Amino acid sequence: MPFAIFRCCPTSQFLRYYETSTNAVLSKLDVSIIDVEAFNCCGYPLKSTDKLAYLLASVRNLAVASRKGLDVVTLCNCCFQSLKLANSIMMRDASMRDRISRMLQKEGLVYTEDIRIRHLFEVLLEDIGIDAIKNRLVTTYEDLKIATHYGCHLLRPSPMMQFDDPVAPRRFDDLVELTGAQSISWKSKLDCCGAPAWGVHDALSIRLTRQKINDAKAGGADFLCVACVYCQLQFDRVQQRHMAISPNGASLAPVLYTQLLGLAMGIEPGELGLDQQCMDASGLTAFVKESV
Amino acid sequence: MLFQISLYLALAVCAGGLALKMANWFQYRLDFEQAHAPARRTTAFVKGCLATMFSKRLLTMVKVVVLDVLLQVRIYRISRVRWIMHLSVMYGFLALLLLHALEGYISDHLFADYYSTRGPFLLIRNLAFSMVMLGVSLAVFRRSVKSVPRLMTSRADQFMLITLAIVMLSGMLLEGSKILSFSSYQEMVADYAALDDPEDETALASYWAANFGIVHPDLKAPFDAAALTAGAELHDSYCAACHSRPQWAFASYGFSRLMKPIARILDQAAVPTILWHVHYLACFFGLAMLPFSKFLHIFSTPLSLMANAVMDDEISDRANIETRQIMEADACTHCGACTQHCAVGIIYEVTANASILPSEKIALTRLLTSGQHMNEAQIRALQSGLYLCTNCHRCTDVCPAGINLQQLWFKTREYIFRKGFPDTALLSPLSYYRGLMARHISKNAYERPLECVKKQIASTFAHSGQSHDPNPKQMDAGLRSALKSSARSANFSACFTCSTCTSVCPVVKSFADPQAALDLMPHQIMHAAAIGLRDMVFGSRMLWTCLDCYQCQEACPQGVHIADLFCELRVLARNFLNQPPMAA
Repeated sequence: MPFAIFRCCPTSQFLRYYETSTNAVLSKLDVSIIDVEAFNCCGYPLKSTDKLAYLLASVRNLAVASRKGLDVVTLCNCCFQSLKLANSIMMRDASMRDRISRMLQKEGLVYTEDIRIRHLFEVLLEDIGIDAIKNRLVTTYEDLKIATHYGCHLLRPSPMMQFDDPVAPRRFDDLVELTGAQSISWKSKLDCCGAPAWGVHDALSIRLTRQKINDAKAGGADFLCVACVYCQLQFDRVQQRHMAISPNGASLAPVLYTQLLGLAMGIEPGELGLDQQCMDASGLTAFVKESV
Repeated sequence: MLFQISLYLALAVCAGGLALKMANWFQYRLDFEQAHAPARRTTAFVKGCLATMFSKRLLTMVKVVVLDVLLQVRIYRISRVRWIMHLSVMYGFLALLLLHALEGYISDHLFADYYSTRGPFLLIRNLAFSMVMLGVSLAVFRRSVKSVPRLMTSRADQFMLITLAIVMLSGMLLEGSKILSFSSYQEMVADYAALDDPEDETALASYWAANFGIVHPDLKAPFDAAALTAGAELHDSYCAACHSRPQWAFASYGFSRLMKPIARILDQAAVPTILWHVHYLACFFGLAMLPFSKFLHIFSTPLSLMANAVMDDEISDRANIETRQIMEADACTHCGACTQHCAVGIIYEVTANASILPSEKIALTRLLTSGQHMNEAQIRALQSGLYLCTNCHRCTDVCPAGINLQQLWFKTREYIFRKGFPDTALLSPLSYYRGLMARHISKNAYERPLECVKKQIASTFAHSGQSHDPNPKQMDAGLRSALKSSARSANFSACFTCSTCTSVCPVVKSFADPQAALDLMPHQIMHAAAIGLRDMVFGSRMLWTCLDCYQCQEACPQGVHIADLFCELRVLARNFLNQPPMAA
């Protein structure tokens, strides 16, 4: 059964490599995905701007997926949380649900509760499984220390996200470690990356991002690993282009999980876009175990 | 005479209009950082053209002309039906223009024995007509019958389709009425056949009435067999060389059959002459209106496609980018592809602000840059539409005119900020893109609108300000009920202000003196909201600095949806801010 893949708005301009690396990894794992042209914004940026606009935009995606009979798989934590929240509001608030449904009806769309909203990680963990992924690896990493950054909206609010224990999560670490890399323990692992403040309160945003990078560095990380479009943009583009080098010279490149996994599956670094980032991540190849 | 006068008038208006439009491309402003004088823009343009001409980019341009202008691959990618629609109109019209309208310059020289009345030429004209009408019909169908969500049809769209339809139908009706017309037949006989004998006249007329569809005032079927034989001979010697059977003109012949019952009335009322005037006047009217209507896209759209293919906004001369962007607004054909693919187009349904839709936004952008008067409400609506954009690049990717819409939105937003119209949506994740583009904006221009909005919020809700001695009169029961009625904030009253939220908040943690920097701590916001201190809550910097990271909500021992509630509060505050001020 294919999935309706939900690409996040900024990817087409800034993170093409998230698209190519995801496509490459999923095709190696025999997961078929469908790019649904009719999808629109998940509503995340509208959440605190215009509630009705947020819900309509968000729920429309669910109705589109439901018409196609497909589960939605997101590549961005913010899309993931935003869609889930909209879905939960629809289930709790009957009058809102009527209102949104009437607007969707104009396009012949119908919202149904049964739609499943999933994160890419859930597909990897639940539908494929750690062992099956391991079987597809052609190599593993050696001496690679990864600072696993979950991102707020993958975990919180936990009653709704249901991804992992919000205080001591393991599932993303497991995914990182199946590649042979070591997922280090570090101080601000579960904190915000700073992206939500970027463009609004830049000094605060940089302070938060700087803190995370310093903590990951202090923990001995070679790379950050992320699973969210905004986290990646923050650690990659904002770190490289907008943050002054810190006094202790700490900088740390992020990699997307699809890149980390893809390289171990033998996918070309070019296809994964390790060299397309602002923060060069092509050094990741140096950690790949020499084949005997 | 009328023909000559109207033609030259139309040509003059068209040429003048085109010159004016092009002058505007070098004159109107959009660059929010630098002023480029028209002379500087013109030299930059010439330099850019020359540099392109003598570089590999010339090949890119040729490729664009072939693929996107001649074959219209971009339209094909969006929709095959629309591709057929546009190609039909474009090539049908082009064939008619070159082979028929300009026959004296082209067909006469191209074909050794050209007569517009010979079979192949009748056929070509009627095929071309059918193509244009097929295209026009598909367009009308898409815009009126088929319900495409949020596809807007403007007067400019209607004008173009109606003008085209009038030109085409008047031409075909003219041809059809001439097929029937006995007077037209008589003129041809006078011009081409030396008939002195009245018997010959009857013979030829019988033959034409029997075979060529003319309606004779007296002669009717059954025709005299001898007359027909004699007529056939006369036809062979005088007419056959340059006049084929009208059935070749399948479309206009069809029209002539429909008009046959009233053929005599039409002829007596000189309808063919009237139609001729209608036909060429409609053509000349379209020609004169070209620079001022959607017909302009015939020139501006290929220009946009070519310019965008060879320009790189990172390295191209800013003056040229500005010129291109002004020109792009004239290259839009209002086809609606952008709006259909817009990631937030759907929210037009709730905001009813048409400037959310890219296809509508660009027309307003054109209005703005042309310096025509827009009132404050119009500019604010445009800015709001421009800012409610996730910058997903889809409009730019699909635009058949190759317009870099996303860049146009970015420039226009900043241009309006410069004029001093901050938008409250600046304080939302919609600003992330602006942050990424910060290096294209001077520091001052980047920070000013943000400061403006922050100040606007502070001053609007200043009554309570930082004072912790709220006036009970300010307590607003409306706030409580608004929070209660929303699914995402309904459980706020379970809060007993234990301040766990504050202790885990990363925003609070990142300030040495959070109270001074943020006005209220998260738990204080909760408390103030619960007792309805609207202004205190809405004006607190904490509310507008919240990261939406859900640490508070996760940690809350009472399970209050704190982060969701903060979202709700920001929405309520925005609604309040965006209300028109109450009359005193």
